[in-house]
Amino acid sequence: MEEQKNSSLAEPWHRKEMFEPLHGKAESRIDAILLLIREASTNLPGDVISSLSVQKTKESDGSQAQRALGIILENIEMAYDAKTPICQDTGTNIFHVHYPIGTSTITLRNEITQAVRRATELGYLRPNSVDSITGKNSGDNTGIGLPSLYFHEWENEHLEIKLMLKGGGCENVGTQYALPDSRLGAGRDLAGVKKVVLDAVLQAQGKGCSPGILGVGIGGDRVSGALLAKEQLFRKLEDQSPDPMLAEAEAEMLEKSNQLGIGPMGFGGATTLLSVKMAKMHRIPASYFVSTSYMCWASRRKTLVFNNDNTYIIE
Amino acid sequence: MKQTITINPPGITEEQIRSLKRGDMVSISGIILTGRDTAHKYIKDNFLHEEIPEAERETYEGLKKFLQGGILFHVGPVVLHDSNGQPYITAAGPTTSIREEPYEYDVIKHFGVRAVIGKGGMGEKTLSACKEFGAVYLHAIGGAAAYTAKSIRKVHGNFKPEFGTPEAFWILEIENLECVVTMDAHGESLHADILQSSNNAAKELIGGIH
Repeated sequence: MEEQKNSSLAEPWHRKEMFEPLHGKAESRIDAILLLIREASTNLPGDVISSLSVQKTKESDGSQAQRALGIILENIEMAYDAKTPICQDTGTNIFHVHYPIGTSTITLRNEITQAVRRATELGYLRPNSVDSITGKNSGDNTGIGLPSLYFHEWENEHLEIKLMLKGGGCENVGTQYALPDSRLGAGRDLAGVKKVVLDAVLQAQGKGCSPGILGVGIGGDRVSGALLAKEQLFRKLEDQSPDPMLAEAEAEMLEKSNQLGIGPMGFGGATTLLSVKMAKMHRIPASYFVSTSYMCWASRRKTLVFNNDNTYIIE
Repeated sequence: MKQTITINPPGITEEQIRSLKRGDMVSISGIILTGRDTAHKYIKDNFLHEEIPEAERETYEGLKKFLQGGILFHVGPVVLHDSNGQPYITAAGPTTSIREEPYEYDVIKHFGVRAVIGKGGMGEKTLSACKEFGAVYLHAIGGAAAYTAKSIRKVHGNFKPEFGTPEAFWILEIENLECVVTMDAHGESLHADILQSSNNAAKELIGGIH
């Protein structure tokens, strides 16, 4: 029985090269950013692949849930081999940039934008930017506010760019609650937070391409809380919150979410979420927001480290 | 697992669709049409009234050829062109179908669409159209873009390219695209069942948090 499970469909963790960081020396910073986009779109992070592989063995044999995870794993391998997008919805292109003192963010903005245009021409990204009123597609993933860029100066000498490709299906099921929530009987405490988190998973059903990863931002205002929730999706799956109370809540919420039985694609099954990631920030006394950001199984996040001598590592 | 049932669009019969049950596996080979948000709004704005605008008549007749007894696939593909200018598709997983819920009943009714492919399922109005007119909802694997694209043999052009690549109606020749019937023509929906069972589980779990 066990043997049959292990031999069925694709097992990408036999493909060690998919898990190894990519490094080398780039002709230019734009080239390195282009590689970052290609890697994000076509090669899923190793921890996500491993988690999906493990979960496949936990679904019952012959179930639609197991079949779905098998196809997902096969798809991950196919996309890696062909250097084509894992998912056709290459989503919002979200770049978090840490730059050394003295680096121009205007130049970086231009270079990232050029790399995005080039990645679209090469088919690593789908033309995904439309005018909100006319619906006209810009054709190259640029537009007002796109790509989505966040700049932070730091004291290190190297440049770091984190990229997340966030598809629309999962972005659309993200939520924000204001506690207290009388419908759910959720008060202004950690128990209340847990209640709304579970409700967010319930409301998402399979629509965010489960099994997903739930980022939770506790506190802040409506903007900062939502951003905090989304930033949690950059964390590796095995990462636990440094706050013991939140680390415990993360584990509890993962277990309870999977007891909902929504399963992969909403077909029913044991795997509704792969992980829950929580973080808190201060708030003003009058506001108590709980923001959630749902990431689909195709959790496309990669980090580029770029040095002054043009050497780079992408993982 | 159950045996996989083959269907060949266009030209699918009502009888064949009514024989399908929730949970059945189907394998699709034939010609299908893609369409998502802009496509559905366009159909509603132009074709669901008494008069078809003269400027849109040619598109209407073209769409009808593939939709009558045919399949509408909710997808926004990645399309590249080879050195001869021929389009080909590298990534084409299903998009979230529930966004088309306000339109799908009328689209199924008007064109006699026999199946919709997507992900995440659809609501009561679409389920009632499936029952009334003889149609099913077929679930593909969300995000499995390379896997799904493998079933696309050829791209036979499109309608309304001005909608942009993801939103245009693409005419696709497909072979052995496997899907699960999650909403059938007898009023059964896997999505409604999972919603209910997970709702019940959530009530208990949320009630137990103090």
